[in-house]
Amino acid sequence: MRGDLPACELRGAASLEEALELLAREPGVWAPIAGGTDLMVVHNAGRLKPTRFLDLSRLGALRGIEEDDAALTFGALTTFTEVRACQAVHRHLPNLIKSARVTGALAIQNRGTLGGNIVNASPAADTPPSLLAYGAELELASVRGARWVPYDQFHLGYKSMVLAPDELVARIRVPKPQGLGFHFYRKVGTRQAQAIAKVCVAAYARLEEGRVTEFRIGLGAVAPAPVRASRVEAVIAGLPVRALPIAAALGALEDDISPIGDIRASAHYRSVVTRNVVGQMLRELVAMGDRATLP
Amino acid sequence: MSDLLQLVMTVNGRPASVAVHPFARLLDVLREDLGLTGTKEGCGEGECGACTVLLDGLVVNSCLVPAAQAQGAEVVTVEGLAEGENLSAVQTAFLKYNAAQCGFCSPGMMLAATDLLRRNPRPGEDDIREGLAGNLCRCTGYSKILDAVTEASK
Amino acid sequence: MIGESSIRKEGRAKVIGAACYTDDRIVPGALHGLTIRSSAPRGILRGLVFGEGIPWDEFTVVTAADIPGRNRVASVVDDQPFLVGIGEEIAHAEQPVALLAHPDRHLLERARGAVTLQVDPLPAVLDLQASLDRTQVIYRDDNLLKEIHIDKGDPEAVWAGAARVLEGEYRTGAQEHLYLEPNAMIAEVTRDEAGAKVTVWGSLQCPYYVHSALMQLFGLSADQVRVVAMEMGGAFGGKEDYPSLSGGHAALLAWKSGKPVRLVYDREEDLAATTKRHPSRTRLKTAFDAEGHLLAMKVDFVLDGGAFATLSPVVLSRGAIHAAGVYRCPDVSIHARAVATNTPPPGAFRGFGAPQSLLAIERHMDVCALALGLEPAELRRRNFLRMGDTMATGQVIREDLDLAGLMDRTLAELGYRDKREAFAASNRSAGPIRRGVGFSVFMHGCGFTGSGEAHMASVAGVEGLADGTVAVLAASTEMGQGKNTVFAQIVSGALGIPFDLVGVAEVDTRFVPNSGPTVASRSTMVVGRILEDAAAGFKQALIQQGFLSEPYTAESFREAVARAHAEVGALRCYGQYHQGPERTWDDVAYRGDAYPTYSWACYAAEVAVDLDIYEVKVEDFVACQEVGRVVNPRMAQGQIEGGVAQGIGWGLWEEVTLKEGRMANNQMTNYIIPTSVDLPRIRVHFLENRHAGGPGGAKGIGELPMDGPAPALLNALGNALGPLRLDEVPMTPERLLARCEEVSHV
Repeated sequence: MRGDLPACELRGAASLEEALELLAREPGVWAPIAGGTDLMVVHNAGRLKPTRFLDLSRLGALRGIEEDDAALTFGALTTFTEVRACQAVHRHLPNLIKSARVTGALAIQNRGTLGGNIVNASPAADTPPSLLAYGAELELASVRGARWVPYDQFHLGYKSMVLAPDELVARIRVPKPQGLGFHFYRKVGTRQAQAIAKVCVAAYARLEEGRVTEFRIGLGAVAPAPVRASRVEAVIAGLPVRALPIAAALGALEDDISPIGDIRASAHYRSVVTRNVVGQMLRELVAMGDRATLP
Repeated sequence: MSDLLQLVMTVNGRPASVAVHPFARLLDVLREDLGLTGTKEGCGEGECGACTVLLDGLVVNSCLVPAAQAQGAEVVTVEGLAEGENLSAVQTAFLKYNAAQCGFCSPGMMLAATDLLRRNPRPGEDDIREGLAGNLCRCTGYSKILDAVTEASK
Repeated sequence: MIGESSIRKEGRAKVIGAACYTDDRIVPGALHGLTIRSSAPRGILRGLVFGEGIPWDEFTVVTAADIPGRNRVASVVDDQPFLVGIGEEIAHAEQPVALLAHPDRHLLERARGAVTLQVDPLPAVLDLQASLDRTQVIYRDDNLLKEIHIDKGDPEAVWAGAARVLEGEYRTGAQEHLYLEPNAMIAEVTRDEAGAKVTVWGSLQCPYYVHSALMQLFGLSADQVRVVAMEMGGAFGGKEDYPSLSGGHAALLAWKSGKPVRLVYDREEDLAATTKRHPSRTRLKTAFDAEGHLLAMKVDFVLDGGAFATLSPVVLSRGAIHAAGVYRCPDVSIHARAVATNTPPPGAFRGFGAPQSLLAIERHMDVCALALGLEPAELRRRNFLRMGDTMATGQVIREDLDLAGLMDRTLAELGYRDKREAFAASNRSAGPIRRGVGFSVFMHGCGFTGSGEAHMASVAGVEGLADGTVAVLAASTEMGQGKNTVFAQIVSGALGIPFDLVGVAEVDTRFVPNSGPTVASRSTMVVGRILEDAAAGFKQALIQQGFLSEPYTAESFREAVARAHAEVGALRCYGQYHQGPERTWDDVAYRGDAYPTYSWACYAAEVAVDLDIYEVKVEDFVACQEVGRVVNPRMAQGQIEGGVAQGIGWGLWEEVTLKEGRMANNQMTNYIIPTSVDLPRIRVHFLENRHAGGPGGAKGIGELPMDGPAPALLNALGNALGPLRLDEVPMTPERLLARCEEVSHV
């Protein structure tokens, strides 16, 4: 354990308002901590730069999953276990179940939170691609009020996001897919469990009268942050699902990703595998279209 | 420098109260302040599961839990599995099947198994594998652990 | 009793969390210790700078200048210093330079960051090829840590006339033991009129190795050094030689500070700084006649031995002896070299050189089978060793060996033929999955090579206790393999008393004799055999001294022991290793009986490869072995299951990535071992064929399971994917992608 414990300070807050006031008074001083499954790893390794922590874990305002006709809204402190236990998520957002299920293992899922996962901003995080595929929005709260930001505009680059120093991610709102939906999620990790993603592909499509009317692809581990494969989407969106130009779509993929070689995988491997998995996804989309339009 | 926190928990069914740094790891509080050395440190990164305990009924990696977040919590460690001299079903089965070779992963593994059986009393082999996926073992290849958990579920 | 799955003696303590591992031991007033290490792989140490902001006067600081005796770790070759001295050469990254201790572990950690090493860098040799090329000479005058020639006949005379000559090159990477419990030591030094006494408690396989190392480090006599082996959370060879170094470090801090010291590594340090499996490169040249009979074999076997010799000479020896595999071949030449590089020295790891050379020959046989138009099983069948054949060292097979039967049994168990047929069809259909089956046939020499056991002349004993029970006295250590239980079974069987009346004494060099290290799959076969003799002697002593008469019951035996203890005090009886006269070994020419016996095995695997993502899933695995006599079936199964899991890990996932000679993936998140979801059930079968030398006929099994899985997997991948260059482990998805692209020219 190499963390400099005597130098560390941990304080709580009685309410969300109190937490936001502290962040406004002393921006950039207090690092929020929720379940600790990211921060404590870095602390144990002696590589944690912040030393003053604001414990969010008891703030009830950031807990809970709410459902209305249009959306599911998750408090930032929703754990992956809570996601997996929620019937509405199983019914409407199956990619979120899949991504929660492959996040670390059970002990991590019991403590890790959606909000923490998002602001830790690892490019290889498992759930952000699902959130991108579903068109999620984030509520960013501060003493100045709250604003909603589409999640696909949240990350600016590696560990850089539009979150102001006095803001917290408070809620994540995910619109409920309507009509006939296609859901796809595949993580390629270093092993079958307790693994970091080498490649991650999440996709959602809406099919209306044989056409792909909504199409979003979220990719992980192939760019400085979780990204949308917008060029691939552009090739596919609006077209009849039984005649999708898969080759052209895969050609466009190259410009959507910028994979690096790192300790876990080579850039070439990421490039080839992302292409294969996106290809698999598109073929499954076509197959679904075939089944859907059978008399 | 933080003031010390008076950490009050229920550990293995008994009240425990210790003055600790609020950011201290629950693992260190258990091992050093409370003398419960059954829970082990294998990696300090939340990868191996040797530090697994139950925190308010959930399996967690105690090397990643800051002490303040265990305030008022119920904690169960390996020392709390037996009732007096009576081993739990999981412990008995681990002993019978030699599911503990070097034994270092075993405290965490047994807690994960105990939690699994509470949530899923009749797990199939794949359920057991998935339930224990966060607990690494280097000695057994997992086979005898699977046998032990299956037996404990009967 | 031998043959029963007795419950582990230490089992209950482990399941209630009471087993005391080194870091569990409470030591009042202990300081925490820390090792300052080089980040440069090679250079001259010019100085140490102790930076500002740390109250250095509160610290215990140990450098090479503080060493009272010899600054060399006693080993096969005494070339490794405990600490690098000023003006001396740093030979690898992570090399220990200084030691710090302080009561406050957080301040200690801050101090780590405040020490700077002044180093004049030197060009480093960072891989095997660079060492062979001698781009720099970093060790003696030729970079050679050890060289061995094994010659039988004259292969050079055979190539020209052979029907087919086939060559191949095979590589294996380093492997980390990844015992769940990192290295840990506690040391204490007491001083009185009689002098100093050094005591070390630690996670260590070989108490007498550490004992010798401490005697040399401090210049002390044997009775001034005491080593106690604590409960170990796994070892696999990773705590065989390394503890001499870390035990010495802990003791040096205790020596200088006058206080007890805890030196417990965290995982990062353990991964980066401690020993690994030797990386290897094997070049094979084999000649066959028109019917596929092996005529000649030439092996060029190279190990990357890192910066110091450590155990490389012995690892090389075993690897070389196993290089020709289980085949009859009249003309064999094996040239083995361990070369030095500026990397942390590797050491012992289950298998000890044999996994490396067996991977090569077993993969090569499948490659040759394809080239010769024979099935892998048929090529092997035509070449298996049988009774009366000689191995590469000239050792004659004296047992009734039926490797064909073993192979057929294994393949039948896997359903090899049916699956091959089925997969040949299913692999042609659409979709990314390809399936295949493959196998390996191999042996593992039991115990020490050649005259190793004779030189060690191990001693073990039994002692009668006051309560009438019997204690085993041996230096063998418990690391999960169940030696306490096996010894108790053997001794209780020899004495004809219940298992519960036999315990095992704590492994403390004050009280237990040197029964040799807990290595080389020797504990059951060699030490167990010595204990049989000791038990027989103990019984005879009780009878001769009138405490016991035959026949006796358990109760009367117990009464006799208690009475003997009351009347004459502790009654101990020792046995010692005796080498049978029929065995000979020439250490210089490397000829003769390399091992007293071998265990033999065939392992078969079924794999499924996903060609979208290049992941390999092991769907089925059968492990059949002939190991003499199985002492404790459940424990023996556990050894095979665990060893196969490690072998699969080595074959598919476990990679040590070096950057500038230092392990860059030194976190468990980046060094990948299998989880419960990554492995199938390993189906284990034992064939018994009693070997006269072991207790009840037992041979060794601890390391055997490490030798077979990796080549079986490569062969299964070859069956699934066709003629790919499957010549390296770990065959990670990235490597498999590259191999597939070679043939498809994608």
